[in-house]
Amino acid sequence: MHTELLVQLKRITFGYQPAQPVLQDVSLTLRRGEILTLIGPNGAGKSTLLKIMLGLLQPQAGTVWRRDGLRFGYVPQKLHVDASLPMTARRFIELGLPPGTHTLSNRWVELTRVSALLDKPLQGLSGGELQRVMLCRAILRQPDVLVLDEPLQGVDVQGQKFLYQLLVTIRDELQCAIVLISHDLHLVMAQTDQVICLNHHICCSGTPQSVAEHPEYRRLFGEDAGLFAIYTHHHDPHRCAEHEGCTHE
Amino acid sequence: MNDWLLWIGLAGIMLGLTAALLGVFVVWQKQSYFGATLAHTALLGVALGLLLRIDWQWSVIAVALLTGWAVHALMRRTRLSSDTLLGMLAHSTLAIALVLLSYTPVQISLDSLLFGDLLAITPQDAWLLSGLTLLTGLFYWRHWRDLLNITLNRELAFAEGVPVQRVERLFILLLSLVIALSIKLVGVLLITSLLILPPAAARHLSRTPEQMLAGSVLIAVVSGVGGLALSWQLDWPSGPAIVVVATAGFLLLLPLRRGQ
Repeated sequence: MHTELLVQLKRITFGYQPAQPVLQDVSLTLRRGEILTLIGPNGAGKSTLLKIMLGLLQPQAGTVWRRDGLRFGYVPQKLHVDASLPMTARRFIELGLPPGTHTLSNRWVELTRVSALLDKPLQGLSGGELQRVMLCRAILRQPDVLVLDEPLQGVDVQGQKFLYQLLVTIRDELQCAIVLISHDLHLVMAQTDQVICLNHHICCSGTPQSVAEHPEYRRLFGEDAGLFAIYTHHHDPHRCAEHEGCTHE
Repeated sequence: MNDWLLWIGLAGIMLGLTAALLGVFVVWQKQSYFGATLAHTALLGVALGLLLRIDWQWSVIAVALLTGWAVHALMRRTRLSSDTLLGMLAHSTLAIALVLLSYTPVQISLDSLLFGDLLAITPQDAWLLSGLTLLTGLFYWRHWRDLLNITLNRELAFAEGVPVQRVERLFILLLSLVIALSIKLVGVLLITSLLILPPAAARHLSRTPEQMLAGSVLIAVVSGVGGLALSWQLDWPSGPAIVVVATAGFLLLLPLRRGQ
């Protein structure tokens, strides 16, 4: 069961402006039950790649294949809801589910720790709380693919560990694939099947272990980028000069 | 004469209903300037209709619709902020319309276009507005959840399979239609306030989107009918009369905070 192909991207090229491709010749495959982590410096095209996978953006070259009837659960980086819209977290979650779903007495609500938040207005939630509510909505949709854009942003170390354990539980129970963007290879280590290090093109990919030891990865994240020292990304332009398509802020 | 009052009453109710239905999303999506721009372009539609000697209601719908769809397509592509883009469009079309109006073969009262004119209402207008209300109701019946999801997060809605583009285009179509059909009652300058005042007034009293919708429908219908009655009784221009009643409603309801 763990080998069913869900998404396949082949030789994707995409640029918001044609002269400056954000992604060049990127290919990847996603199978059921797999956790795929994208890492890379800011502006490397990680979110763009997620959006192409979801169908939010169309690539200029390359092909996107998704299994028929594939259901996505998506946790965007941010959710801004205007104060004029009266909406509780409960209602927000229900809106992602089939019409008429009104009971959320589900263990996923417990596991994502949103039970106490259900009757609060969305606008009153903190960033971390909102993220858990969005995750809860995405899980309850029973997705084939769960996509998370920087779920660890603004979450403390304790919260990060909690989230990774939760992701493994989700994968095991829903038998879905999970794709996430992470800044922290250290925490990714144990659970991720596949890591793709992205900087406009795929620098390297494979198991977390092999990526961490890969010279391209070390070039991108500094020489000290061993397994346990990667909490912040330092992106050194000089080390990346030989990479095609690299742009630096 | 009583028959005619009945038509006016029906038109007022239907206008209030449709404006409030569409207005909640105009408020939630912070699109009031978009609505105002469509309303301003309506005057260009009137001028073109008079120049081409066709019923200007159709040219108003066409111009508003084209503008709406063009803005919708452009907003994500241009380097100008949507605020600038809309400001440019609103006032350049208004200016062009005013120039064109000086060449029209038929003289038309600018006042009645800008502020509405009770005496211009025909049974046909009341029926057209009723039809539009029905269309809007059907649209909401099918796409209410989609609209809410798009409002919450457009990309999330898309990823979850909501037909975002189609729903947005239909919404713009309905918005263009309500603007075209309400010129006679409210005038181009005041239509936006009819879209946003009732939802704004209902916001404080609501805990769910549906409560806010119901509240604004109620306030808008009272404003529409009340305003037209005042216009009839006191010989006020009908547009300002409706907006004054809606504003009064907003102010009266302000102390009754309940929603979160």
